[in-house]
Amino acid sequence: MKRLLGFLLVMVMLLLFVSLPASAEVTEIQFWTWRPEDAGFYDEIISQFEHANPDIKITQNPIKNTEYNTILSAALAGDSAPDVFMSRAYGGLQTFADSGYMLALDDLIPELMQFDEAKKMGARSITDGKMYGVPAVSQTMLCFYNTKVYAELGLNVPQTWQDFIANLEATKAAGYDALANGTKEGWCCEFLFGGGCSSLHGGVDFYNKVISGETTFLDPVFVNAVNEMLTLAPYMPVMYEGVAYTDMQASFINEMSAHFIGGSYEAGYFQAQNPDLDFDIFAVPGYTEADPAYVAVYADMNFSIAATSKNQEAAIKFVKFLATPEFGNQVVADLAMVSSVPGVDVSANPFIAKVLELQKNSTPYIFLVGFRYNQPTGSSLFQAAAQGLMTNTLTAEEVCKQVQEGIATYYEPFQK
Amino acid sequence: MRTKKRLKKAGWIAFFVTPALGVVFAFILLPLFMSLFNSLFSWNQLIRSDYTGFRNFERLFFTYPYQERFFNALGNNVKWFVLTMIVQNGAGLLFGYVLSKGIAGSSIYRRIFFIPVLFSIAAVGFLWGLYLRPNGMVNALLQLTGLGEYASAWLGNASTATYSIIIVNIWRWVGFPSLVFLTAINSVPSECTEAAYLDGSSEWQMFRHIVFPLIIPSVTIITILTVIGSLNVFEQVYTMAGLDGAPNYATDTIGTLFYRTAFGSVDSGAPEIGIGSAVAVVIYVMTFGISLFSIMVTRSREVEM
Repeated sequence: MKRLLGFLLVMVMLLLFVSLPASAEVTEIQFWTWRPEDAGFYDEIISQFEHANPDIKITQNPIKNTEYNTILSAALAGDSAPDVFMSRAYGGLQTFADSGYMLALDDLIPELMQFDEAKKMGARSITDGKMYGVPAVSQTMLCFYNTKVYAELGLNVPQTWQDFIANLEATKAAGYDALANGTKEGWCCEFLFGGGCSSLHGGVDFYNKVISGETTFLDPVFVNAVNEMLTLAPYMPVMYEGVAYTDMQASFINEMSAHFIGGSYEAGYFQAQNPDLDFDIFAVPGYTEADPAYVAVYADMNFSIAATSKNQEAAIKFVKFLATPEFGNQVVADLAMVSSVPGVDVSANPFIAKVLELQKNSTPYIFLVGFRYNQPTGSSLFQAAAQGLMTNTLTAEEVCKQVQEGIATYYEPFQK
Repeated sequence: MRTKKRLKKAGWIAFFVTPALGVVFAFILLPLFMSLFNSLFSWNQLIRSDYTGFRNFERLFFTYPYQERFFNALGNNVKWFVLTMIVQNGAGLLFGYVLSKGIAGSSIYRRIFFIPVLFSIAAVGFLWGLYLRPNGMVNALLQLTGLGEYASAWLGNASTATYSIIIVNIWRWVGFPSLVFLTAINSVPSECTEAAYLDGSSEWQMFRHIVFPLIIPSVTIITILTVIGSLNVFEQVYTMAGLDGAPNYATDTIGTLFYRTAFGSVDSGAPEIGIGSAVAVVIYVMTFGISLFSIMVTRSREVEM
C-alpha cells in the first residue's frame, strides 16, 4: 500500500512538473474592438490564430462604438490598457499616437511596406511620420440604388448630375422616397455631401488645392457644390430634418426608398437585413460626362498595439496575422468591407470588386482625411453648418464661411 | 469626566459623518479640484503639458469658436431653467394644490403623476425619440385629430428640438414637484385655512396669502433642484439629440459641451481636456453660486409658524 501511495505521489509530482511550465507559457492578450456587431467574426479570427499559435490566448472585448474612445482613453491612461486594439484613423489616431499610448510599428511589422500609401495615411502620425497601426479597411462614400426599382421604371445609371436628378424625379413620381437620406444627425450631412457632391467641386484636384492653401472653402466651386445639397432636399423623405441614420437604413432595406447615399460599409448590413434586396452602386456624377465621377474614400480602422503592453511579442504576432491576405479575404467575404491588406482576392465578392472599380476615381473624404487633426475639426464645423443649410437657417455661403473661419484658426496655409 | 463625555460624543459623530464625507470627497471635491487643476494646463492630446494659468478660461470665454459654443449652450440651459420653473413647477404646484383638496380618485392621480419619475432617463429618451420621429406617434396623433398641419420634424428643426426635449423632461419630472407641494400643502395647519375661510377669503386669496407663504421651504428646495438640474442637463439631450447638440447646436447645453470637449465625439472631433475641464469648473461654480443665491432669495420670504 505504501509503495502504491508512493508511486501515485511520484506520478502526481511528475504531472505537475510537466504541466506547470506548459500552462505558464500561454500568453494571454486583450483585444478591444468597437464592433460588437462583428464579435462573432473576430471570435472566428481569434480561434484561427489560436489554433496556429497555441501559446497565445486572446480575449476579445467589444465595446459600443460611441463609448469606445472614452473607455479606451481611460484604459490607456491607467494600467488596464488592452494589448491590441482597433484604432481610429487620421486625427483619431493622432490623439493616441501623440499621447505616447501606441507602439510605432514600422520596424516591427515589415508587412506594412507592402500596403498602399494612400491607405497607410490613416495610420500614420503627421507629427513623426511613423506608422501606429495596421490599416484594416477603407470606406467609400457613394450612392446605393435599388436595381428592382430601376428595372421597373426603366432607369439607367446616371452619367451626369442632371441624369441623377432626373432619376430622383422619376422614382419620386413613382411613389418612392427618391433618397432615403435624412439630416437629423450631423455626420449624415457630411456623408450626404461626400457621397453626393464630391464630383461637383472637382474631387481630388480641389482637395489638393485646399490642402496646399492654393484655394479655400470660399472657392465658388465648393460653395456651389455645398449649395447643390439643397437640390437633393425635395427628393429626401418628408420632414427629412428629423430622419435619423437608422430610419434611413430601414427605409432603403424595406425598399421604401430608391437611393441611399452613404458608405460602402452599409452593404453587409443591407444584405443581412433583407437578403431579397437587390441593390447596386454608382458614383454620383458631375455636371458633364467628361467630369470624373468621384467617390470619397477614407481609411477607417487600424489595428494598434499599446505602448505599455507587457505581451508585445504575442501582440505583434497577432497584429501581423491581421495584416495577412487570409484575414483580408475574410473581411471581404464575411464583412463585405474593402480590406486594406494588399493581395486580397475580391473576385469572390462582386460588390467589393465594384467598389474598387469606382475607387479608380477617388477623392479623399475631405473633412475626415484632411481636417480632423485640430479643433474645431472640419467635420464638426461642416456637420453643424450643413444642418443649418438643410433646415434653411444658413446659406451655402454662410456654411462655407463658418468652415473656412473655423479651420483658419489653426491651419497655417489659410492664415497667409 | 465632562471632557471624556465630549470626546466620546465627538467620536460617535466622526464615526457617522466620516463615510459620507469620504464619499463627498471622492466623488465631488476630488473631481472638482482635479478639473480645476487640469484646466490650468495646456494639453498635448491626452497628456498634460505646460502650466498656462487661466488661459483655458480665457479661450472659453473670449475666443472663437469656444465663446460662441459656450454662450449658445448656456442660453439653452437658461431655456431649460425658465421653462422648467414656469411649466413644470407651476403645473406641479397646481396638481399638488388640486390633489390636496381630496378630489375623487386623488390617490390614483398621485400615483399616475409620479410613475414617469421612476422611469429610466435612457428609456424615456429612447421612446420619446421614437414618438417624435417624422412618422412617430406624436405626428400620427396630430394627423388623427385634424391637426396634421402642425406635424413637424420635432427633433430635427432648430426651432423645436430643444423645446421638445424640455417638454419630455417636464412630462417625466412633473410628478416630483407635485408630490413635494402636495406634502407641503397638507402640512399647512388646518386652523389657518379654516380661519381664512371664516373670514370670507376666496380660494385664490387663501392660496396667495396663507398656503403659498407657508410652503416656501418646499419652493426653495424645488427651485434649487431645478437650478441644479437645469445646469447639469445631459442625459435627456444625449439620448434624444446626441452629443453634438444637433441640429446645428440648437440642443447643446453646457453638459453636452463639456462631454464633447473633454472626451471628444466619435463622429466629429478629438478631446480638448483643458477646455473641457474649464467648462466643468464653470458648471461647478455656477451651480454653487446660483443655488446659494436661490436659497438666500427664497429664505428671505419664508414665514415662521
